[in-house]
Amino acid sequence: MAETDLSIFLLALLAGAIRVGTPFLFVSLGECLTEKGGRINLGLEGILVTGAMTGYAVSYLSGSPWLGVFAAGLSGLALGLVHGVICSLPRVNDIAFGIALILFGTGLAFFLGKDFIQPSAPMLPSIPLGFWSDDTRVRSALNVNVLFFIGVALAFVLHWGLRGTRWGLVLRLVGDHEDSAQALGYRAAGVRILATGVGGFLAGVGGAYLSLYYPGSWNEGLSSGQGLMAVALVIFARWQPINCLWAALLFGAAGAVGPALQAIGIGWGYYLFNAIPYVLTLAVMVITCRPDRTLSGAPGELSLNR
Amino acid sequence: MSHINRRNFIKAAGLLGAAAALPFNPLRAAQKEITVGFLYVGARDDFGYNQSHAEAAALVKKMPGVTVVEQENVPETVAVQRAMEAMIRQDGASLIFPTSFGYFDPHVLKVAQRFSDTRFAHCGGLWEKGKHPMNVGSFFGYIDEGQYLNGVVAGHMSKSAKLGFVAAKPIPQVLRNINAFTLGARSVNPDITTSVIFTGDWSMPVKEAEATNSLIDSGCDVITCHVDGPKVLVETAEKRGVMTCGYHASQAALAPEGYLTGAEWNWVTPYQEHVKAAMNGEPMINFLRGGLKEGFVKTSPYGPAVSAEAKKNADAVKAKMLSGDYVIFGGPLKNNRGEVVIADGTDYKQTAVELERMDYLVEGVRGQL
Repeated sequence: MAETDLSIFLLALLAGAIRVGTPFLFVSLGECLTEKGGRINLGLEGILVTGAMTGYAVSYLSGSPWLGVFAAGLSGLALGLVHGVICSLPRVNDIAFGIALILFGTGLAFFLGKDFIQPSAPMLPSIPLGFWSDDTRVRSALNVNVLFFIGVALAFVLHWGLRGTRWGLVLRLVGDHEDSAQALGYRAAGVRILATGVGGFLAGVGGAYLSLYYPGSWNEGLSSGQGLMAVALVIFARWQPINCLWAALLFGAAGAVGPALQAIGIGWGYYLFNAIPYVLTLAVMVITCRPDRTLSGAPGELSLNR
Repeated sequence: MSHINRRNFIKAAGLLGAAAALPFNPLRAAQKEITVGFLYVGARDDFGYNQSHAEAAALVKKMPGVTVVEQENVPETVAVQRAMEAMIRQDGASLIFPTSFGYFDPHVLKVAQRFSDTRFAHCGGLWEKGKHPMNVGSFFGYIDEGQYLNGVVAGHMSKSAKLGFVAAKPIPQVLRNINAFTLGARSVNPDITTSVIFTGDWSMPVKEAEATNSLIDSGCDVITCHVDGPKVLVETAEKRGVMTCGYHASQAALAPEGYLTGAEWNWVTPYQEHVKAAMNGEPMINFLRGGLKEGFVKTSPYGPAVSAEAKKNADAVKAKMLSGDYVIFGGPLKNNRGEVVIADGTDYKQTAVELERMDYLVEGVRGQL
């Protein structure tokens, strides 16, 4: 009995890491890109919710979930560009505007999304990687959405792109030392606006994953802070896209611990276990943000560091 | 002796015109027209708690002489006080239905003191004489009867003898539902266990999906819940080919294959009682409770998967509940740690206050508070 319980638990963690972790992955990659350019966009929480709503609405109206994902990305791009442009104005604080964007994004999504709470939109398909197993539990755990693989590939592409391409170098230069970038003739504002816009696009796609795959429904409690956790996750990952992947999987698994433990009969302290992702966020902050040293790997122009 | 001068003529003509223009006929002239306000904590069409209220409000709207104003997504903060005040001052509402549990104390109580001519019929609270204003009342339904019937059907249909329950928080109303569901199932097969997962809050879609998957992975083959919107749970279970029992409203449309039956609210009964009392100028109904018999709750029609035997048994229990002599919580009853919580020979009727203070999980429930 104990052995089967353990295998159920581990399977739930694995499945949870992938299922719950995918939106974290997209949002954190988007934030990673934005922060590499020297900006922090806390508004990704709002973009995530807007993306979720847009994706669901477009999928329902058009009948194509992939069109929904694309539309969600575009809505994220638009909001990301707004953040990028407004924060390029003199004396605008990117953190303050990010918080405003959280409220704006969620408010807009709640307002426009009212008519889409009830209808059922077509969902994104998944790849049955567990076809070899007779166990339905394994098969269900290994039903992996295509977006997860796109996210994984993206992490590696970004990792390479930031190191090995001209675009990546310019972005990092702008993020690390604006004056040098200017001396070389690059306009920091334009690069940052673009990075924030693309970051917004990725967060919007993350939102579409929430509403179109898992849990696969649009309602107003959908995000419950995942966009904000992803921002902390980027710091945890030291601004490295590949680390973002591991961190997202870790946070996904942490989110699955509470329900998984209760399912195998360990009922005590479920509030504690449900809080694990948040505790993890706090712990990350405490460990990484000690006042006696700057964060290794942090872009120099981040308002955290200046 | 009447003088037909210009002033009197205009008065009489005006009265006639006004009488003709008003929608009610002279027979019902004793009743006054009324504006009724509804406040919901979430969206009106969430396939759950708020939808159950909004559906009933739509029926109230059809009553003659009633105007309905609604506001959704009102948080359980001072925002609800402002919303109620706006309904009273701007829309002229004289009867308010604040439908969320957390509105009651302090928000409804505060506003009720300032507007003593307005009636506040709160859903879920516990009105106490002497402590709370007389223009406030609370109503609620014994939906555990529906969950017991869910359990009876689930007990017949389950092959693994393992049921799953996704719950929000361990408060008495939720525990009562978990226990009733389990007792219903164990009345069919005493070996059945119910695994409970608490998600921690009323609307946590990702956690609810994760909980449903975990329950299914651990072998549960019928799942039900007590969260605000069962949509995610029912859809997730249907995708994995597992049966579900609904809650709050009917989710049959979301799971055409696996939906067995469901415990639904029928708020229109208490709503209409309150509206009629207000229109006829009768005193405020301060305390109102009811179950299947009183028409406060109802059950979803059986889904296609339900066997004839299950239907027969559930219908028989339902008939006893409708006649008012079925006891769900009767002694001897043990909790899941083996302690006796209801002594042998003690039967708690649905109206018993002890049941509204429930703080245990009965034998057969896998889970801890």
